[in-house]
Amino acid sequence: MDSQNIMFTVLAVLIVLASFATVLTKSVIRAATYLLLVLLGTAGLYFLLGYTFLGSVQIMVYAGGIVVLYVFSILLTSGAKETLSRNSRIKTAAAAVLSLAGFAAVLFVIFQQKFIIEAAVLGAPVESVEGGTSIAEIGRQMLSTEKGGYLLPFEAVSVLLLACIVGGLLIARKR
Amino acid sequence: MEYTLYILLLPFLSFLVLGLAGMKFSHKTAGIVGTLSLAAVTVLSYVTAFEYFTADRVNGVFATVVPYNITWLPLGSLHFDMGIMLDPISVMMLIVISTVSLMVHIYSFGYMHGERGFQRYYAYLSLFTMSMLGLVVATNIFQMYLFWELVGVSSYLLIGFYYTTAPAIAASKKAFIVTRFADMFFLVGILIYGYYCKSFGFDFNAEGFAQGAFMLPTALVLMFIGGAGKSAMFPLHIWLPDAMEGPTPVSALIHAATMVVAGVYQIARLFPLWIQYAPEAMSIVVWVGVFTAFYAAAVACAQSDIKRVLAFSTISQIAFMMVALGVCLPGHHGEVIDNHASLGYMASMFHLFTHAMFKACLFLGAGCIIHAVHSNEMSAMGGLRKYMPVTHITFLCSCLAISGIPPFSGFFSKDEIITACFAYSPVVGWIMTGIAAMTAFYMFRLYYGIFWGTENKELHAHHTPHEAPLTMTLPLIFLTLVTLTCGWAVNFGSFVSASGEDYPIHLDTQIAVTSTVIAICSIALATYIFKGERQPVAEKMKAAAPSLHRWAYKRFYMDEVYQFVTHRIIFKRISTPIAWFDRHIIDGFFDFLAWGTHRLSLAVRGLQNGSVQTYAYIFLLGVLALLLILTF
Amino acid sequence: MIHLEYILVISAVMMFAGVFGFLTRRSTLGVLLSIELMLNSTDINFAVFNKMLYPAGHEGYFFALFSIAISAAESAIAIAIMINIYRHLKNISVRDIEKMKW
Repeated sequence: MDSQNIMFTVLAVLIVLASFATVLTKSVIRAATYLLLVLLGTAGLYFLLGYTFLGSVQIMVYAGGIVVLYVFSILLTSGAKETLSRNSRIKTAAAAVLSLAGFAAVLFVIFQQKFIIEAAVLGAPVESVEGGTSIAEIGRQMLSTEKGGYLLPFEAVSVLLLACIVGGLLIARKR
Repeated sequence: MEYTLYILLLPFLSFLVLGLAGMKFSHKTAGIVGTLSLAAVTVLSYVTAFEYFTADRVNGVFATVVPYNITWLPLGSLHFDMGIMLDPISVMMLIVISTVSLMVHIYSFGYMHGERGFQRYYAYLSLFTMSMLGLVVATNIFQMYLFWELVGVSSYLLIGFYYTTAPAIAASKKAFIVTRFADMFFLVGILIYGYYCKSFGFDFNAEGFAQGAFMLPTALVLMFIGGAGKSAMFPLHIWLPDAMEGPTPVSALIHAATMVVAGVYQIARLFPLWIQYAPEAMSIVVWVGVFTAFYAAAVACAQSDIKRVLAFSTISQIAFMMVALGVCLPGHHGEVIDNHASLGYMASMFHLFTHAMFKACLFLGAGCIIHAVHSNEMSAMGGLRKYMPVTHITFLCSCLAISGIPPFSGFFSKDEIITACFAYSPVVGWIMTGIAAMTAFYMFRLYYGIFWGTENKELHAHHTPHEAPLTMTLPLIFLTLVTLTCGWAVNFGSFVSASGEDYPIHLDTQIAVTSTVIAICSIALATYIFKGERQPVAEKMKAAAPSLHRWAYKRFYMDEVYQFVTHRIIFKRISTPIAWFDRHIIDGFFDFLAWGTHRLSLAVRGLQNGSVQTYAYIFLLGVLALLLILTF
Repeated sequence: MIHLEYILVISAVMMFAGVFGFLTRRSTLGVLLSIELMLNSTDINFAVFNKMLYPAGHEGYFFALFSIAISAAESAIAIAIMINIYRHLKNISVRDIEKMKW
């Protein structure tokens, strides 16, 4: 059992438990907090995979930005006091059955699929400086128009974000 | 003769102007517009007639002129045409229609004075005149049918002119439905004709008929049923007496002189076909005509409403024309149409012409009387000769004409008819002579009832009858003059005859004398019974045969029979079950479909409840199902 | 030794936890949180597939990156809408926002 496996186990347990907590807890603000844990765990997974930049983006944008936004809006709308899942048992049970069925189907698909075994095993995390995932390389690819360049989606997302700023302001403004 | 187009266009234009903008005009303007256009039409008709009949004969026959003929609706090998065709009978009809119509237009100035809807009235008159003229100049049977229906519509509109009164509404509906019912047969006949002859035209192509010769009598009889409906032949006559609910000038124009003879005109138009291909079927025409003539004359003897008397007399006289057409025989010497054997054709057209004039005069006279006493009932009249001298004289002349007294026109035409009947069969000849005697009797019963007899003092006490204004008496005088002269002044046979060749009318002395003597006898009888202040003989006769009088008065319960047949048998036994079937089975089936859809939608509606979570649930179920399907 | 399947199972758990939350939450914000869970699980999959099956390429990596950006945009708009709804209804319960069917 090397450190990698230990780290993975810790992250896996964290993610699974926090995911359940997110959907099962009664308070919204707590749910948001558990979500934060899930997101941080995901960022840890990215680090484990060697995707340092992706992990940091995950932390900055998701954990730092979106969750904060959620917390603010929760506080703005109803506050933490509102309890959540007070549904009829039947509905909850139906949702649980559906989710479990879906989960089972996905598991079935995953394990039936024969992945290429050698590649599908993670080695030690390496921050490859000369590899394709260094920040400099990412930046170059983002603004490249050559093959494998992402300038167009990059610009599209920029426009989308701008539109979201304007739209969000327009929708949420006081009339 | 391009100007003949205006004969149709002018009344149509005046109908459009009066119909669309009539309410903007004063009564006077509207009347003048209608009358002037009609006067122009009359002048054009006269010019047409003059030009047509002064043209040279080709092979002894006036050539048929077709100034216009356009293909209106091509349908494969068949095509419907619209146009104008001039031949002796259509030109003769042009004169009859335009003259009577003009008289009625002028007369209506006085009669309809101050009526509400005066402009509408003139618009309808124009429409009617246009349709009737279009009917007679039709180049093919389909155009004829088209205008035939238009004539029916304008008749419907004019009968229902006083649309605020219940009897007028009922009468207009009755007229429309009965004639429509008959027209259905006409249409079927036309379609059979078109199917076998490959044409709707009157230019009878022999080879087409040779193939369909066995169907042709059927087609002709079906068309005759249509004509019988329009011409009020028994048993389709029931609408005509009720049609008297319309304004009296309308009765004079439509229900005495022009529209009701459309059936006669139709048979005359198809006469070459009848005589060549269906001479046996003509006996149907004869016997329907004979029975109608007798029936109507019998009923006319007992009616008390003067317009009803005239209506039944019209039915009877039209039946005379029908009989005259029916009694035509094929020629003997190889020629199919022989003027002598087909004397009835000329007689029928001649009677149509003279009858139109004197019957219009009678109706217009009746209008003057009704105008004066404000009632249709004979009991409200009596002794009017002192108050209304012009009406009296013209009415008398017309009565003499219809009774067949020389030198009035009716004598000549009726004499030709009876001669033709005797040539056909002595039985028919004697029956028709007897009916002619009845005609004289009931006409003079009417005449004495109106102008002689007891004066209705209490009615006259507060409203003395007076002579009608000049606009109303002038047409009377004009029509009387025509009636007086047209019998002997012109030789009708040189214009219209079966083969088209000149046919000099010569009176059969024996028949002429016999019928005149009989007519005089029945006039004398009527004088004896009805002239006096009190009428003991009439009372005694009524008392002697009360049921006969009642039956005749009730028109032999024909309306009741119809009522019974339509309501008790057709409506109750046939229509009601069909209606039930429609309402319960057919409607029920569709109601069930609608109900089922509604129920189903109610059941499915729960899915679209607006809750995002339900949508997501269903969506995920679908995804799962798809996954399973795709995996296995 | 971390197998590909392990990570995929984790992301599947996250995914269906999100599904369960989406179906059961009453508060719209709760629903949105569940959506974030689901989005996140797909991001993981993209990254993992890229890393373990196609190490030479970067498509999955960039896809995850863009996905994060787009979910940021989505939540911004969603929260704006929530605030607006709250202003009108004083409530953000899913059950009160059923007018969507019209």
